[in-house]
Amino acid sequence: MRADQIERYARNIALAELGESGQEKLLSARVLVIGAGALGGASLAYLSAAGAGVIGVADFDKVELSNLQRQIIHGVDVLGEYKTVSAASFIRRLNPGVEVHIHTEKVTADNILPLIADYDFVLDCTDRFGVKLLINDACVIAGKPFSHAGVLRFGGQAMTYVPGRGACLRCLLGGVPADGDGKTAVSAGVLGAVAGMLGTVQATEAVKYITGAGKLLTGRILSINALDWKVCVTDIPSPDPDCAVCGAHPTITSLKENEGEYFPR
Amino acid sequence: MVKINGTEADVAGITVHDYLVSANYNLQRVAVEINGDIVPKSDYSARAFGDGDSVEIVGFVGGG
Ligand SMILES: [Zn+2]
Repeated sequence: MRADQIERYARNIALAELGESGQEKLLSARVLVIGAGALGGASLAYLSAAGAGVIGVADFDKVELSNLQRQIIHGVDVLGEYKTVSAASFIRRLNPGVEVHIHTEKVTADNILPLIADYDFVLDCTDRFGVKLLINDACVIAGKPFSHAGVLRFGGQAMTYVPGRGACLRCLLGGVPADGDGKTAVSAGVLGAVAGMLGTVQATEAVKYITGAGKLLTGRILSINALDWKVCVTDIPSPDPDCAVCGAHPTITSLKENEGEYFPR
Repeated sequence: MVKINGTEADVAGITVHDYLVSANYNLQRVAVEINGDIVPKSDYSARAFGDGDSVEIVGFVGGG
């Protein structure tokens, strides 16, 4: 590590669980953040500050005024700009040592496998169950670890999938809710600070996975209700043996064939 | 008695489906675990809580 890196990352290096070797692992890690909104903004900020070597940002939306209440990496100067472009300029300003790769496209059943193949760890920061299940299935099929999170109103949940180390999202949800996304942030609202909490949980999980520190949220789910502070971690001792994607006899083996579930008409 | 998310409840014999509906859970956005095993969605109507069961129910939201 260079002298300026030792200075910049001194508080990371001071952590016994990270040290210089942990920082070296971060500096050579490749992390993909899918969705550069509220969860994505918070996780991108902390991952770039922590010195992740390569950060990929995938999103196809443009920044709107109503995003700024919670999507803290974007500002009024980038209204109408692609979120990926805005995210990249935020990251470069915070930490020019990070190599940013932007993917300004919709993540689909066709492009997700080659997209995630270039990265060590994936963060699902998307805002729809369909895409969340697509990311889950792609990561299970590709054997790729990822962090799931969802947020709405004053609460949300997060869990981490690592191949062979516990349940996947489909084990728990079964599939994309039949009624779609139901209430979304548009109608039900979401507090930005709460989305930030979940996004920073995801960044924490990424750093822990990369450095090997601590115990991940594998085989368990963190649920946060910030309105009356009910916070709990629920153990999921074993995956669903009949899970359609990670079970012993998976029925979802082709993302393309299952596209209708991810993107219902 | 059945322990649901750490609290004793008098719901032995009640199906997972009926309990979730009565407790205002959205059946599509929930995961249910009885004694450590995930209950598949397709079993919600048939599976009833047994006396002494330990149940965990986790809700999911999809925003980002
Ligand atoms: Zn599974």
